[in-house]
Amino acid sequence: MNNKLIKFFNLAGLTWFVPIVKICAGDNPTQQIRQMWLIMGVPIVAFVIFLALWSASASQINTSLGAIPGPSAVWHEFIGLVDEHTAERQKEREFYQQQAEENKEALAEDPNAELNTFAYTGKSTYLDQILTSLYTVFTGFILATLFAVPLGILCGMSETFRTALNPLIQIFKPVSPLAWLPIVTLTVSALYQTGEDSWFEKSFLTSAITVTLCSLWPTLINTAVGVSSIDKDLVNVGKVLRLNWSTQIRKIILPSALPFIFTGMRLSLGVGWMVLIAAEMLAQNPGLGKFVWDEFQNGSSQSLGRIMVAVFTIGIIGFILDRIMQTLQNLFSFGKPQ
Amino acid sequence: MKYTELFTLKKLTACVAVVAMVSFATMPVVHAASKEKKEKLEKPNLKFGFIKLTDMAPLAIAYEKGFFKDEGLNVELEAQANWKVVLDRVVSGELDGSHMLAPAPLGASIGFGTKADIVTAFSMGANGNAITVSNDIWKQMKPNIPVKDGVIEHPIKADALKPVVDLYKSQGKPFNMAMTFPVGSHNFKLRYWLAGGGIAPGYYAPPQDTSGQVDAAVLLSVTPPPQMPATLEAGTIFGFCVGEPWNQQAVAKGVGVPVITDDEMWKDIPEKVFGVNKAWAEKNPKTHIAVLKALIRASMWLDEDNNKNRAEAVKILSQSKYVGADEKVIANSMTGTFEYEKGDKRSLPDFNTFFRNNASYPYYSGAVWYLTQMRRWGQINEYKDDAWYLDTAKKVYHPDIYMVAANALIAAKKAKAEDFPAKTETGFKPEQKFFIDGIAFDSTKPNDYLAKFPIGLKGKQVVAGGKVTGE
Repeated sequence: MNNKLIKFFNLAGLTWFVPIVKICAGDNPTQQIRQMWLIMGVPIVAFVIFLALWSASASQINTSLGAIPGPSAVWHEFIGLVDEHTAERQKEREFYQQQAEENKEALAEDPNAELNTFAYTGKSTYLDQILTSLYTVFTGFILATLFAVPLGILCGMSETFRTALNPLIQIFKPVSPLAWLPIVTLTVSALYQTGEDSWFEKSFLTSAITVTLCSLWPTLINTAVGVSSIDKDLVNVGKVLRLNWSTQIRKIILPSALPFIFTGMRLSLGVGWMVLIAAEMLAQNPGLGKFVWDEFQNGSSQSLGRIMVAVFTIGIIGFILDRIMQTLQNLFSFGKPQ
Repeated sequence: MKYTELFTLKKLTACVAVVAMVSFATMPVVHAASKEKKEKLEKPNLKFGFIKLTDMAPLAIAYEKGFFKDEGLNVELEAQANWKVVLDRVVSGELDGSHMLAPAPLGASIGFGTKADIVTAFSMGANGNAITVSNDIWKQMKPNIPVKDGVIEHPIKADALKPVVDLYKSQGKPFNMAMTFPVGSHNFKLRYWLAGGGIAPGYYAPPQDTSGQVDAAVLLSVTPPPQMPATLEAGTIFGFCVGEPWNQQAVAKGVGVPVITDDEMWKDIPEKVFGVNKAWAEKNPKTHIAVLKALIRASMWLDEDNNKNRAEAVKILSQSKYVGADEKVIANSMTGTFEYEKGDKRSLPDFNTFFRNNASYPYYSGAVWYLTQMRRWGQINEYKDDAWYLDTAKKVYHPDIYMVAANALIAAKKAKAEDFPAKTETGFKPEQKFFIDGIAFDSTKPNDYLAKFPIGLKGKQVVAGGKVTGE
């Protein structure tokens, strides 16, 4: 039981809890407490020192928008943003209520009256922006994976294919999202016509595709490396058994290359998240990037605090995404943690 | 002789007939709107763009005060990154309409930058800009400015800046200033002020050279409005021309000093318009009128009873989804005062007008003035006859559509007829004389007007090979 729990925590990246479980099991308490201090206490102390340094130095720097906000000011702005969210939701409920009442009145007057079914058009709150960003990054990331994994497998399996694609990969891999963005924007506006009932906004597609273009490469390269470094014996066994092409991929190549593919995907998601913020700033797709840009443009005395909130949100979400991918990676590496 | 007489007579009758037909055609619309409240609109769900400047106020007010809703419209307002994005999105249809610089639709129509057919039937306001210089430049300018009773005399002419620019030139240092968009009102206003003091702001030479720095004593470049104070503070530019709240922001942060506001340069100078795609306007005529009605009511509300509502407007605008600057900063210019040098707060009731003096009526003459300035600085790099200026203005600016909306409001008793231009209004203001350089402007004679400027293209002159050529 205990061993299973410990294994679970290790896999989930929640190593903080491992010593607690061990103490509960009566496993040499002094050693476990030492272990706890190392993996929990030290980071917490370091974080507290960081907060103290930040709060001491922030007030020393004066910008044209006032002093850089300290931790308490940032926390205050965060609470303010959450309050704004609740207030906006309240307004939204009132809007729909009012619309329903007006429709009822209109129906009472004339049973055939045309009813209003307007969607609420208030501002998107901070929490909405976070969700939009996550939605965009995952769309871009999934698209990237769908392209990169099959291509990577082809590259890994065929020497010719790899040599053919190599220059392209090397050229496009280092390109910054900012260079892609204008091209993607123009292409999307030219090819994608929006109407009343279109699925996506153009700006959403622009940022998602930019994320795809930039996060494609780590998965592609890792998959190719993973596939090409499969134990030759395994491949030969496949040949001896005369497995057909698709069975070979499913039974031999994919299982052995999975750890590599997940390492690539983990890197890709990290890149995608970073790229997304820049793309949103420029493409003006609603999301955290636009939030930062709008606040910069506002230039009010609250702006810096709010941007700081966004910085921490971006960091924490990036951290959580990475942990999730790490867990997946551990799960699929069959006992060989990367 | 007789033939020509006959011909003109024929033409005249034709004109009268057309006018009569148009008014008959528009009358039923007006009538129906007043009688039947809920008319089916082609496109009730709309998305409008704006740039974070206080003169976007009519849009925010029409939304917050429910004027859009009264017209059966469900509008979403979205802040945009810069004027280029605004124009591109209106062209691509991502936005149904937007807050735009008054000359931008004209620039699009003649194809300087993006070529597109944008029309406007609503002026979002007059004035509202200022030219600000950095503290350092202000210190050097100050000795050249006349003082009366110990107080600096306004308006300040660019003559006070000229020695400073000359000094930089003699030291071989570039003198950089910023505006917001090449076919933007700020560009032309800054150029007008500089040239009025004998400082050459440089020519454009499209299509090869769109930097606007040919033969320039002062180098002008584009900076997005919200970044102006920061760029000024960084020392990249020595001054800028921009709308509010960015001049007052510069004062509040102590990084610069506004030297002149645009209504001191020329009273009631047209500033922003509400622009829509021409195809959109043709496809959605009823929706267009409904939008205009809401916007007219919003601008009336903004100027009502001597700016009574401005304090409330400031509160709305300071929300982060609209302009988002601090209330105090926005209030400085919106409530009838303007702060020049820190502490030098003066009364300037018409600094930003939305409705009074027909500020929301899209005069052809305003469009013609901008066209003359585009010609003056080479954005229109060839001779055009007077008729071309008037025709282009009429193609882009539509006071006729404005008046349909206004008449609908009058019929619905939501506005009074005397608040709007009379029925005889031609859209061309009579000769205007209140320019800072004293040069009078008759909008029906653009070429004569251009000939009066000491600096600027005139007649058949063109910019080619980096210099002005031609007679």
